[in-house]
Amino acid sequence: MSAGEQALTGMPGVPLSLRGPAPTRVVAGFGFWLFLLSDIIIFAALFATYAVLSHSTAGGPSAAELFDKKHVFLETMCLLASSVTCGFGSLAIQRTDARAMYFWMGVTFLLGACFLAMEGREFASMVAAGSGPSHSAFLSAFFTLVGTHGLHVTVGLVWLVVMLLQVATLGFQPMVSRRFFCYGLFWHALDIVWIGVFTIVYLGAK
Amino acid sequence: MFGRLTWSAIPFDQPIVMGTCAAVGVVLLVIFALVTFKGWWPYLWREWITSVDHKRIGAMYMILGLVMLVRGFSDAIMMRTQQALAAGHAAGYLPPEHFDQIFSAHGTIMIFFVAMPFVIGLMNFALPLQLGVRDVAFPKLNSVSFWLTAAGVLLVNLSLFVGEFARTGWLAYPPLSELAYSPGVGVDYYLWSLQLSGLGTLLSGINLTTTILKLRAPGMGYKRMPVFCWTALASNLLIVAAFPVLTATFAMLLLDRYCGFHFFTNDLGGNPMMYINLIWIWGHPEVYILILPAFGVFSEVVATFSGKPLFGYRSMVLATMAICVLSFMVWLHHFFTMGAGADVNGFFGIATMIIAVPTGVKVFNWLFTLYGARVQYNVPVYWTLGFIVTFVIGGMTGVLMAIPPADFVLHNSLFLIAHFHNVVIGGVVFGVMAGMTYWFPKAFGFKLNERLGKAVFWCWFIGFYLAFMPLYALGLMGATRRMQHYPDTHWQPLMLVALSGAVVILLGIVLTVIQIAVSIRQRHANRDRSGDPWNARTLEWSIPSPPPAWNFTRLPSVEGTDAYWHMKKEGTAQRPLPGAYVDLHLPRNSPVGVFLAFFAVTLGFALIWRIYWLAAVGLVGAVVVALIESWKTDLAIRVPAPEVEAFEHAHATAPLRGPSGSRDTVHDDVVATSGDRS
Repeated sequence: MSAGEQALTGMPGVPLSLRGPAPTRVVAGFGFWLFLLSDIIIFAALFATYAVLSHSTAGGPSAAELFDKKHVFLETMCLLASSVTCGFGSLAIQRTDARAMYFWMGVTFLLGACFLAMEGREFASMVAAGSGPSHSAFLSAFFTLVGTHGLHVTVGLVWLVVMLLQVATLGFQPMVSRRFFCYGLFWHALDIVWIGVFTIVYLGAK
Repeated sequence: MFGRLTWSAIPFDQPIVMGTCAAVGVVLLVIFALVTFKGWWPYLWREWITSVDHKRIGAMYMILGLVMLVRGFSDAIMMRTQQALAAGHAAGYLPPEHFDQIFSAHGTIMIFFVAMPFVIGLMNFALPLQLGVRDVAFPKLNSVSFWLTAAGVLLVNLSLFVGEFARTGWLAYPPLSELAYSPGVGVDYYLWSLQLSGLGTLLSGINLTTTILKLRAPGMGYKRMPVFCWTALASNLLIVAAFPVLTATFAMLLLDRYCGFHFFTNDLGGNPMMYINLIWIWGHPEVYILILPAFGVFSEVVATFSGKPLFGYRSMVLATMAICVLSFMVWLHHFFTMGAGADVNGFFGIATMIIAVPTGVKVFNWLFTLYGARVQYNVPVYWTLGFIVTFVIGGMTGVLMAIPPADFVLHNSLFLIAHFHNVVIGGVVFGVMAGMTYWFPKAFGFKLNERLGKAVFWCWFIGFYLAFMPLYALGLMGATRRMQHYPDTHWQPLMLVALSGAVVILLGIVLTVIQIAVSIRQRHANRDRSGDPWNARTLEWSIPSPPPAWNFTRLPSVEGTDAYWHMKKEGTAQRPLPGAYVDLHLPRNSPVGVFLAFFAVTLGFALIWRIYWLAAVGLVGAVVVALIESWKTDLAIRVPAPEVEAFEHAHATAPLRGPSGSRDTVHDDVVATSGDRS
């Protein structure tokens, strides 16, 4: 960026939309927001399908018979808590405090892994009881909606490990911090989606 | 070891397929031999394949679209020939299972691999230049998007030689597309090639939306953006909002086919109509994704060649954004026959009619811009005028079908086929051709041959009317779409007329290739040294043609709409630029896109044939490529100031043309500028 451009972009009183290209940090964050929105639209399509098919049980078990709400409540608490610890981790990144960051992100990883393990147990017990995804349209929709969220959490965990390795090898350079910021957005977005899942799928089971 | 893949997958018994196979093989071999013999590989690798320059990527999208246009059109002319022959007792020359693959491939290819690459290519090329910036928001991601699209193209073409393509129509409606009724690999080819290219399109949409909203030259507020940028914004917002639905819907169909799920099956509670609802939530916005950038091209062309600002800039922007929102509220008109009831059908019928209103606003804006101007009748203007006439007809037949009772009669008839070709050819294809002719000199530094360009236009224009007006009539006579054969010989004469139209369009496509070849040969005669061959209004014309890798040596400062016109008028557009030059930093080339595409093709091909170990190789390979890339830190190259300065001085132009004196009347402008033209 030339000196002239910097003068323009740094000019106070000039409306934001006239100041010229935004800095990389803003551009990267905005692009990732758009990606998250598109991801949420994937979930919207799955939610709509679940809503339409949730009573198409084809004589098999219905939602009310299948779900153990206590189990799901604990699962939910794990995920929500992981969002809080992820937030503390993000604050540690802003302070470039590596030790605090490793601690909070480590806790985030553990809570996320707990969530996945509990979800895996729920899926396994359903399949073992003969209520697998190919049993009815309702079960197909359930496993796909909840499983897609679970897949996102899995990707999130892998991504977290990659980010920790990046900090360890590359340090807190702007590129790494930007990516960690995007990771935080991703992890929180999964919480928002899960609140939808918890409300519509589990609490909505009648 | 090789899943379902055996030697029997290659259709040795079908002479048409094997002939095509041989011809394509020979052409590819000749190209590879030529490139190798001439030693062009390093150049291609360095300057094109690994390029992250939006201009190069845009050009590659256009080439991809042109190549696939030939493929898609081959399917079209085969269908027209079959229908011209197979009346009464005649069987034609294509057996039903082959004919069904051809109409499915035609629709799939024309929408996903011709229209989309063309439109995304134009946006890629023009957006950063019009916005006055150095590149898109994420240049490397842009390369990945392109190569993922190319991966989809490769898979779709592989289906011709290894296995088969879907026989389900271009949207693969279940239950026909379910495993029970389509047990072969055709639907799998369809699904995986579109999943790959769809991901590429989504990433491209995110990239270009971010570019428009976050990267604009200083002073270019929203109300000063060229109209093409606005239409591209609407189009890319639609991509971000609609393509995930396509991905999710295809994923559900894949789960049905691969894992025995029951989303859309006939049994165990599956609901095929759910697929049709979902796919059209993507599908209707998709037609606006294609047409809105074409509207943008026409707006630029009309303003430039009329030598005056676009009439009703604000109403044009509002109409564009209105279409963007309304496009999500009309999807059900694709299946009024579902039986949703009079109230639901009534809502969607009225919504469909309402969306014609902003489109009408646009037509009037273009007409009023042309009105009273001394229009320069260049090739892009031909396409624009042809578009206005053709598109209005297509729009009116669309509004006709928006009336549910009328739609019950016309649903899935050739009337419908005529309607959507009327808007897609008359709108998107004409727009792309106009845009290609308009921006070609900017991209390559010389103009396309004008005479041949006009010949191409007339071929498409006349060919379109010959090919599709008979289909309107046939539709009203009761002919349905996708007929391999029909008993009523009274339809045959009109089918023959339609075939003649396809032949005229074929001539147009051949002439396009000749036009490009002749223009390249005559490039010295058609060279544009000014960077502004049309005396245009927007920023891309303020820089040399072809632009340097960094586009703008100094980011322009924008004072209003039609920024470059303003600069020409004020005399502030200068080249070489005064003052000191500084080092510029550009994103470094990256092979990550082409590597990812390689593993994506591997993954897709392995999943189609159920070769699961190979699928694992593809997936792991792609992840490893991405991980290696994410550890690279040296991502920019430096262009030293002397190099930038040398470029500027080498491209010092003659005194800039443009409006001089008063701008009180439109005619003053035109007279003042037309004299400079030679």
